[in-house]
Amino acid sequence: MYGNAYIDPDQTPNKLTQDEDPARLAEFEARIEGGDKIEPKDWMPKEYRKQLIRMIEQHAHSEIIGALPEGTWITRAPGFRRKLALMAKVQDEVGHAQLLYSAAETLGKSREEMINDLISGKSKYSNVFNYPAETWADTAIISWLIDAGAIVNQLANSKGSYGPYCRALERICVEESFHLKYGHDNVVFLATGTKTQREMVQDALIRWWKPVMHFFGPSDNISVHTKTLMKWKVKMASNDEMRQTFLNMYVPKIWDLGLVIPDPNLKKNESTGLWEYTEPDWEEFKRVINGDGPCNKERLAVRKYAEEKGRWVRKALLRKDAEYVTPLV
Amino acid sequence: MNISEKGFEAIKDLLYKMADDQLIIGHRNSEWTGLGPVLEEDIAFSSMAQDKLGHSQALYDVLSQMGEGDPDTIAFMRNAEQFHCCHLVEYPIGEYEFSLMRHFFFDNAELLRFEMLADSSFEPLSFIAKKIKGEIKYHSMHADIWISQLGSASEESKIRMQNALNETFPLALGVFEKGIFEDVLKSEGIFEGEDVLKERWMSAVSQIIEKAGLKLPEVNSITPSLGGRRGKHTEYLQPLLDEMTEVFRIDPSAEW
Repeated sequence: MYGNAYIDPDQTPNKLTQDEDPARLAEFEARIEGGDKIEPKDWMPKEYRKQLIRMIEQHAHSEIIGALPEGTWITRAPGFRRKLALMAKVQDEVGHAQLLYSAAETLGKSREEMINDLISGKSKYSNVFNYPAETWADTAIISWLIDAGAIVNQLANSKGSYGPYCRALERICVEESFHLKYGHDNVVFLATGTKTQREMVQDALIRWWKPVMHFFGPSDNISVHTKTLMKWKVKMASNDEMRQTFLNMYVPKIWDLGLVIPDPNLKKNESTGLWEYTEPDWEEFKRVINGDGPCNKERLAVRKYAEEKGRWVRKALLRKDAEYVTPLV
Repeated sequence: MNISEKGFEAIKDLLYKMADDQLIIGHRNSEWTGLGPVLEEDIAFSSMAQDKLGHSQALYDVLSQMGEGDPDTIAFMRNAEQFHCCHLVEYPIGEYEFSLMRHFFFDNAELLRFEMLADSSFEPLSFIAKKIKGEIKYHSMHADIWISQLGSASEESKIRMQNALNETFPLALGVFEKGIFEDVLKSEGIFEGEDVLKERWMSAVSQIIEKAGLKLPEVNSITPSLGGRRGKHTEYLQPLLDEMTEVFRIDPSAEW
């Protein structure tokens, strides 16, 4: 599950295509315009490759880090039905990471390099996973609303231009839609359950509303840079567009369950058709994305621990004559 | 064959110990989620954990049909001394080599156990065993491949695997601890017994261990870790159960 790639607003637009052969660039852009998919061995602008690696890598990291907050509840899930479902759900997320690392590898960066960049803090992952899942109800809210947000984003991106990423996303979306059903079912049981259960899920919604609103990222700076990435179908929809789609689909469902969303200004403007809401605290978003969230250190420490603990296994598997092979996706 | 009243008591005892083993090993294996040495192993351990949980649920279901509580209540509302699992499954996941060696010893035993139970005189058990053995076959294949790979891959892996083997072997022998109804199980054709199972298991695992370049300790020199089948457990089981039931016990009558 994943929100949107965080694009560096300081990058100057002319850098995107400088040094590129204008004829090849025109041909490349015409292919995308015509709806063609770009495949690993095709010519592509350097910046297209770079942006895609960054984006797919961030997505893969988000899956693997995203397995942690929910994963800690597998051992506490109440009853066989929930325990089995949560195990399968988190396993799917790890599977998505595997699929996405493979898609990114087709662009020339190895999985090991990407994971090293994750651990060193060089590459980012979705901000929401820097918040804790405090109770069982938090896992229900995450599975429902964060996965719902991820589907909005990933469905858009699956219409993008890079073949291996699109194919991975199509498969991921099918699995995410099961997660959403599981999450919704879980929230329904809590919201219609005992007083304690109802309180648990309401508290979880209050805790998670901020990360949910942060999920798609701040309003896009509509720069030439963003326009080029949209023209190349690397970025498919603006952050605000996706946030609106999400609110439109899920706010009524949340209200239907009798849950209160902690934003008194949240309402649909019937004349514009758009949702109005209290502007999320983007300063906090930036602070958290840059490492100062409630769980950043813990998440990376766990990942680092797993990598270091498992290193001997990976080393033992390497044959001396083994060559690096890019996966086929 | 008609099963006597005593036979049904024996079947319940057998079902409890098997279901408890599956539940606890499944729970332990699920703790690798997000922590595996490679993503593919993370996914594999999770798949096996899900199978184990499903197996325990199926066995608890048979118990329910025999008049015991529903599977959730049986699994989530008993204390450690009411569990009949073996010590092997109770230990924390430890290092990967420990979990792998436990998986190897345990699943080879379980494959053979369910193969034997496929011929049980108790039809509900033979029915389930036929299904479960087909799934466990893949678990033991997974373990066998890894033991063969890591047993001789590098100096470090060889040492780690041998140490893990030495550590888990006494625990693994505890899998075959007899319950109080062992004779009834045999005489009524329900289960051929732990001695037969242990003998087949020794033959299966020793071949793979030898091929992997590892060494099995002399079995007579080892004191098996016993007690689990009679409710005497390691210090690890009760904390595991406390964690597992933390949410369920908030309100056991609620629907979760």
